[in-house]
Amino acid sequence: MFPTILFFVFSAVLISAALGVILVRNPVHSALLLVLCFFNSAVIWILLDAEFLGIVLVLVYVGAVMVLFLFVVMMLDVNLEEFRSGLTDYWPLAAAVAGFVVFAIINVIVVKHLGGASLRSAPALAEGYSNTRALGTVLFTRYAYAAEIASTILLVASVAAIVLTLRRRPGGKLQNIAQQVAVRARDRVRIVKMTAEKRP
Amino acid sequence: MISLSAVLTLSGILFAIAVAGVFLNRKNIIVLLMCIELMLLAVNFNFVAFSRFLGDINGQIFVFFILTVAAAEAAIGLAILVVLFRERRSINVEDLDTLQG
Repeated sequence: MFPTILFFVFSAVLISAALGVILVRNPVHSALLLVLCFFNSAVIWILLDAEFLGIVLVLVYVGAVMVLFLFVVMMLDVNLEEFRSGLTDYWPLAAAVAGFVVFAIINVIVVKHLGGASLRSAPALAEGYSNTRALGTVLFTRYAYAAEIASTILLVASVAAIVLTLRRRPGGKLQNIAQQVAVRARDRVRIVKMTAEKRP
Repeated sequence: MISLSAVLTLSGILFAIAVAGVFLNRKNIIVLLMCIELMLLAVNFNFVAFSRFLGDINGQIFVFFILTVAAAEAAIGLAILVVLFRERRSINVEDLDTLQG
């Protein structure tokens, strides 16, 4: 019973925070509310016995992605007045689309009873079940190639982000590594052979 | 016990809020990117819930990969945003009409 109460409490906070993300005018407040969303989602995932993913959500999203968002929001000198005008022009359309999506999903799930009664309660977990162990066992055997591709995507993304934002200043004093490596001693030092001078 | 329909309804509401956010904040690219993150989060909720209720760990593997790709997407998207702001001094969607004929 207690997990159910926790689920509904955290769901309520999650939905209010998500509403705040889209309604608040200041992007910094939006980003902070999104952090709250991710924390609540992590709690709900842990309630659903996905402990590893809950922790990954906090570490990756709150720790990395949202910090990146906040960094960019604060670094860009955005004129907030520009976004204030006309913000609510589209609210009837937004409400209509959101209402339709919620109606369709609730119609499928609640009215049509998706999956029947068999999905009403989750199957019991085995004694000594470890979510991390179960995930790792599958990830590094069956999905080993997919994991490799995922790591390559991360590498490419980090390289791409650096290359995109790298700015070379004209007149900067940079080393030319290739030139430095290709230097030979005989280009730099000239050894002159000459007879010794007589001491006067 | 948490029921499957409760989690799926929560994820549906979250997705709808994100879609509404895309409509509401048509000017600010940063908020649009945040709405996309919210949508991905809602989709991940479905995967986690079905993985738990069907007793199949493969759903959580999918969430893992979605998180990976979403992180990469956010990094590249924000990098593009920074470059864009440097060029145009604006992140208003309406100002980004260079490709318009």
